[in-house]
Amino acid sequence: MNYKRITLLCGHYGSGKTNVAVNMALDVRRTHDNVVVADLDIVNPYFRTLDSRDEFTHAGIKLIVSSYANSNLDMPALPQEMYSLVDDRRLTCIVDVGGDDRGAVALGRISGAIREENNYDMFLVINRFRPLTPDAPSVLEIMHEIEAAASLKFTGIINNSNLGAETEPETVLSSLDYAREVSRLTGLPIVLTSAEKSIAEALSGKVDNLFPLHLQKRPVD
Amino acid sequence: MAEKVLMKGNEAIAEAAIIAGCRHYFGYPITPQTEIAAYMAKRMPKIGGTFLQAESEIAAINMVYGVSSTGKRVMTSSSSPGISLKSEGISYLAGCDLPALVVNCQRGGPGLGGIQPSQSDYFQATRGGGHGDYHMIVLAPASVQEMAELTIRGFELADEYRMTAMILADGTIGQMMEPVSFDFAIKEAPEKPWAVTGTKMERAHNIINSLYLVPDVLEQKNFERYEKYAKVAENVALAEEYLMDDAEIVIAAFGIAARVAKNAVNAARAEGIKAGLIRPITLWPFPEKAFKKALGTAKQFISVELSMGQMIEDVRLATECKVPVSLCNRAGGMIPSPEQVYEAIKAAAGKAGK
Repeated sequence: MNYKRITLLCGHYGSGKTNVAVNMALDVRRTHDNVVVADLDIVNPYFRTLDSRDEFTHAGIKLIVSSYANSNLDMPALPQEMYSLVDDRRLTCIVDVGGDDRGAVALGRISGAIREENNYDMFLVINRFRPLTPDAPSVLEIMHEIEAAASLKFTGIINNSNLGAETEPETVLSSLDYAREVSRLTGLPIVLTSAEKSIAEALSGKVDNLFPLHLQKRPVD
Repeated sequence: MAEKVLMKGNEAIAEAAIIAGCRHYFGYPITPQTEIAAYMAKRMPKIGGTFLQAESEIAAINMVYGVSSTGKRVMTSSSSPGISLKSEGISYLAGCDLPALVVNCQRGGPGLGGIQPSQSDYFQATRGGGHGDYHMIVLAPASVQEMAELTIRGFELADEYRMTAMILADGTIGQMMEPVSFDFAIKEAPEKPWAVTGTKMERAHNIINSLYLVPDVLEQKNFERYEKYAKVAENVALAEEYLMDDAEIVIAAFGIAARVAKNAVNAARAEGIKAGLIRPITLWPFPEKAFKKALGTAKQFISVELSMGQMIEDVRLATECKVPVSLCNRAGGMIPSPEQVYEAIKAAAGKAGK
């Protein structure tokens, strides 16, 4: 995939933005220096990019995250370093934006500079199996809310439809029509279909633009 | 919804409540349970229900009292400090024998504490929290699927016994995402002849009240309530038993701690240690029978908790201290690792072998 200087990942909360962001950053790093991951999630203090800090350090990726993330403080604070995303044009940035329109409000702070530079992609991460986005019209509703809050327009769709640990290749296949319908309604291209690595391997040849995800194992699995 | 969906535990509670016929939700936001309120705010207006963000937790629980008085299924949810605020209202619900569902998605305490998962409200949930002689039915889900199932069970039990049912979850199960099926049968809510719905001049009016100034009348009320609690203890207590047929080292753990402990039990079994797990699904009533049965083979119990050791007291009471009961824990928002629990099992097995 050809990455723009800034890639913004937005969507309904729980659509899988953080998993996609983490894997995308590692993917960008293979071809780019000065890779930065920014976690602008002010909504959910649980399960964030910070959980992958060691992996990022090892790969030489810089992480920008609120100093309160994963702490015991429930502070919706933005990292001051977020301005380097737009000020330092040597950086290649993957930005994990918080869920829904409330999460995208944080993005509005730097959206003017992003629009002006005009070297960005903003991807809508969708999952057919999330209860509040089961069909294209419900996705469209959330999409418009996010665009209004962020003051930026989407440029593509990432179909991340999955059922967690119970995802089968058929799960992803059964979401393709859904993603196409979202694409038709929004006029946005489906840039990637992301799936856990072993699922992606099984889907090879059946789905275009597959993006394999390496997922973290949890102690409760 | 026949097909599975991917949900957060908190969302599963909210959707299950709607399926159970709950059309009234009153709450106040607090991490890590805010998704319940957020989900209700989106869904309730679309199905003719009421979502109301109250001015405080105290207001919310009193709105629950009001709606419950009319016989409708109603709920509120919060996390630890918010439940302390609601406790006065929960005591009033108990004093009026009003059914309700209260969700506590626990976080570390005491005080404001933190926002990470905890199980340190066990005493509060099983011993009261509010004032007076009363109990709640306390249900402890260990998966997102169970968040949904026990929410529906909670509404059913609350109506059947005219009690508050509490879902005692924690930040992890509230936040984690797992596939859920909502493909289950729902029992109709029972008739509620006690509800205040207007007499239409056809019957004597019903009164919802917890004030009894004549002491022998109040004593009688308490006696009757405890006869009911005895029935609940007999009929409702529930536990999952895992590899318990020959278990010598028995883990007691509920909710998220049981998920971690199960991995440790499997690791111990792979090493030839006869380990097993009792996972209380009801915390009140405590599933004493499962523990008494385990005494046939058990040499030691280990209570695995995200607290300084609260359920361990019920394990000791249920087993009458016939074998040692030790604690394996983390507190303040930390979660024990499967390795920590495995080491505790190994140490216990070493001692038991001598």
